[in-house]
Amino acid sequence: MKDFDYRIVEEAAKQTYIRALCDLPPDVRIALKKAYDRETKPTARAVFEAIFRTIEIADRDKTLICQDTGLPIYKVKIGSMFPWNGARIKKCLYEGAKRATLEFPFRSSSTHPLTRVNPQTSVGVGLPVIYFDFEEDSDSLDILMAPKGSGSENMSKMQMFYPAHGVKALKKFVLDTVIETGANPCPPGIIGVGIGGTADLVMKLAKDAIMRPVGQRHPDPEIARMEEELEEAINATGRGPMGLGGDVSTLAVHIEMAYTHITQNPVAVNTQCWPARRARAVISPDGGVQYGY
Amino acid sequence: MAEYHLKSPFSEEDIRKLKAGDIVYFDGLLFGIRDLTQIYMFDQNHEPPVSLAGAACIHTAPSLRKVGDKWEKICVGTTTSTRMERFTPELISRYGVRAIIGKGGLYQGSLDAMKKYGAVYLAIVGGSAALETQQIEEVEAVYWEHLHPEALYQFRVKNFGPLTVAMDSHGRNLYEEVKAEALKRLPEIYEKLGV
Ligand code: SF4
Repeated sequence: MKDFDYRIVEEAAKQTYIRALCDLPPDVRIALKKAYDRETKPTARAVFEAIFRTIEIADRDKTLICQDTGLPIYKVKIGSMFPWNGARIKKCLYEGAKRATLEFPFRSSSTHPLTRVNPQTSVGVGLPVIYFDFEEDSDSLDILMAPKGSGSENMSKMQMFYPAHGVKALKKFVLDTVIETGANPCPPGIIGVGIGGTADLVMKLAKDAIMRPVGQRHPDPEIARMEEELEEAINATGRGPMGLGGDVSTLAVHIEMAYTHITQNPVAVNTQCWPARRARAVISPDGGVQYGY
Repeated sequence: MAEYHLKSPFSEEDIRKLKAGDIVYFDGLLFGIRDLTQIYMFDQNHEPPVSLAGAACIHTAPSLRKVGDKWEKICVGTTTSTRMERFTPELISRYGVRAIIGKGGLYQGSLDAMKKYGAVYLAIVGGSAALETQQIEEVEAVYWEHLHPEALYQFRVKNFGPLTVAMDSHGRNLYEEVKAEALKRLPEIYEKLGV
């Protein structure tokens, strides 16, 4: 353990933040292209064309897609055969996010909730948001990073329904929430939905859902069907790109599920904007780093 | 849907011909404003040091860098407009601003002022900061520097857009129309979803 060079983790934390902000994942690009192909409204098509030009410029100039560089979120999966020190990894993620902000440099959006003082580092008490998970039969450290801007995050909503409300209530809640959010989360993006769990877990599930590659269906066929149904329903509203009207109001609905209490029926929505930004680094025990999405 | 290529500052005639759903690109002056800029103007009674007559104002907190005396752009994006509703009618009536650029739209008070004085709300594609930044040719001036990144910015832009006329000077609000249409379709959508 003492031989592993943790500067590699810090560098990966920095690089994934920057990569996520500048380089949109291929699945998101494909989903946007497909959406454009089926969009019939001229004003909505103009929105897509501006989106494509934005992506092109960001690729060419290695620059930020959107000015809201958000709050950093890291989902870390530690392989059972990876030699690790959790406290060191946590520190590296903090330092990496901070260095990305100061060295790129880009705007820091983190702030004290009462004094509203911004430390100019994108981190602070409780930030970055970090989730640790573990994987059997793996020797790697897998870091998935997503910066979350406020336009979409501000539209998050959760509700504890009762079992008597049934699945119906969950579907209606998702649809009503999306209609309410309108143009604010820069649609068309991903609608992340959590069902089940506890009050905190259900929102975490919704966040997991937006971090999944666009259009990847849930392995449970019943949940996958619900994703399709909700997608169709949301698109049928005609709210369109940027809420200005059109055929495409969302790229995809993703649902994540956990078991819940016999007397509970929780649901949460976490929206993601069209720049559904994320980046990944997979680190091997010899210090090799593979970047991806 | 018509497409217009305009020059700012705008005349009343330029603006009156725009209809909700049209697409606009423009060259010329663009002012950057935000919450704090307008709190400073309207709540703390500071007169802008530059004329805003006929101007286009965008809701932004830009990332800039100061090199010597000159400001250079790093990343300029657009923020949600609804927070700025309180100031907008006066921005239009008192200073003659003719175009507000932002995302998410404004409310009835602004729409009424737009109708009365001849102004529009132009929706930009949110999240497209890379494109916006490229279309800004120069940061010509930053007024009230102590308020940065929510000061008053004077940009020169080229082919700035596409912008959708989302609220026009004839009382139409595209956001409201699209929302009303969605609510009209809702019973049918609920039925199909089985809720
Ligand atoms: S909602 Fe997303 S795309 Fe829109 S401004 Fe915020 S971070 Fe950028």
